[in-house]
Amino acid sequence: MANTNVNPTRMELKRLKGRLATAKRGHKLLKDKRDEIMRQFLDIVRENKELREQVEERLANVYKSFSAASAVSSPQILEQALLVPRREGEISVESRNIMSVNVPEFTFQLKDGASAGLNYGYAFTSGELDAAIEALSELLPTLVLLAQKEKTAQMLAEEIEKTRRRVNALEYIMMPDLEEGIKSISMKLDENERGNTTRLMKVKDLMLAKTHANAHAREKHTQEA
Amino acid sequence: MYKIGVIGDRDSVLGFIAVGFTVYAAEDAKQAAVLLKQLASENYAIIYITENLAVDLQEEIDRYKEKTVPAVIVIPGKEGSTGFGMMNLKKSVERAVGADILFKE
Repeated sequence: MANTNVNPTRMELKRLKGRLATAKRGHKLLKDKRDEIMRQFLDIVRENKELREQVEERLANVYKSFSAASAVSSPQILEQALLVPRREGEISVESRNIMSVNVPEFTFQLKDGASAGLNYGYAFTSGELDAAIEALSELLPTLVLLAQKEKTAQMLAEEIEKTRRRVNALEYIMMPDLEEGIKSISMKLDENERGNTTRLMKVKDLMLAKTHANAHAREKHTQEA
Repeated sequence: MYKIGVIGDRDSVLGFIAVGFTVYAAEDAKQAAVLLKQLASENYAIIYITENLAVDLQEEIDRYKEKTVPAVIVIPGKEGSTGFGMMNLKKSVERAVGADILFKE
């Protein structure tokens, strides 16, 4: 134990008591924090699960239409159609603070000038490709939202784990240690106090005995005279 | 401004070019690891990676879990969902709560 070897002084006792009070306050705060993050985490993770199910299902459909598209047109044409008028999307990130965890918020948009529609010639490509891309475009917001929620869930999970570890460290190590230190110091101090009292009583007894003896002797002396 | 990256096998990710994502094709996990590292150091906010590649990249992916960006998100590849993405989610629940309370049947 860390605190058993300290000097048993009043100053040390006061210091330990102060630390215990701080530890208790911190413990309560962290516990509240943990509970609140947990509540938010469960909401987010539930949403996350639904989104993921949705995305996985719809993405499967998108892949299906893509493979249909690649079955009808040759790979070269497909690639050309997709690559040539290259569109670039960009995403802005804002961070939101959930219980002092900075989680991102994503907003997606296409770079200016890019149109949202299909921008390849229709002559060489099939309708399947159009459908596939349309489906994917529709899925896009969900996909971005999934990323946001999943990231948030990951970060909160991390934070919950950290906070829980801190709460436990305070509750099971820090606070018992301090309490034990306080107990041992106050016991030592009490023991000293008792020692002091007994010593005083002893001294008093000795002094009394001495005065008695003196008085006795003096009395004897006067009688003899 | 940030960009969105997609890493996956060629056939799975081709379509994402059309909607404005930046697509990188990787044939195996090794290639994907290099790409992931490269993308993470550039300004990509979201990196989608297909399940079949992500399975062997768990460690690399976990490295970005604490950072705000990039968000590394696992999506199913063209073979369909293998449940790996869901498992990831399940894992983070287990990590936070200590027990799996969301997916129990």
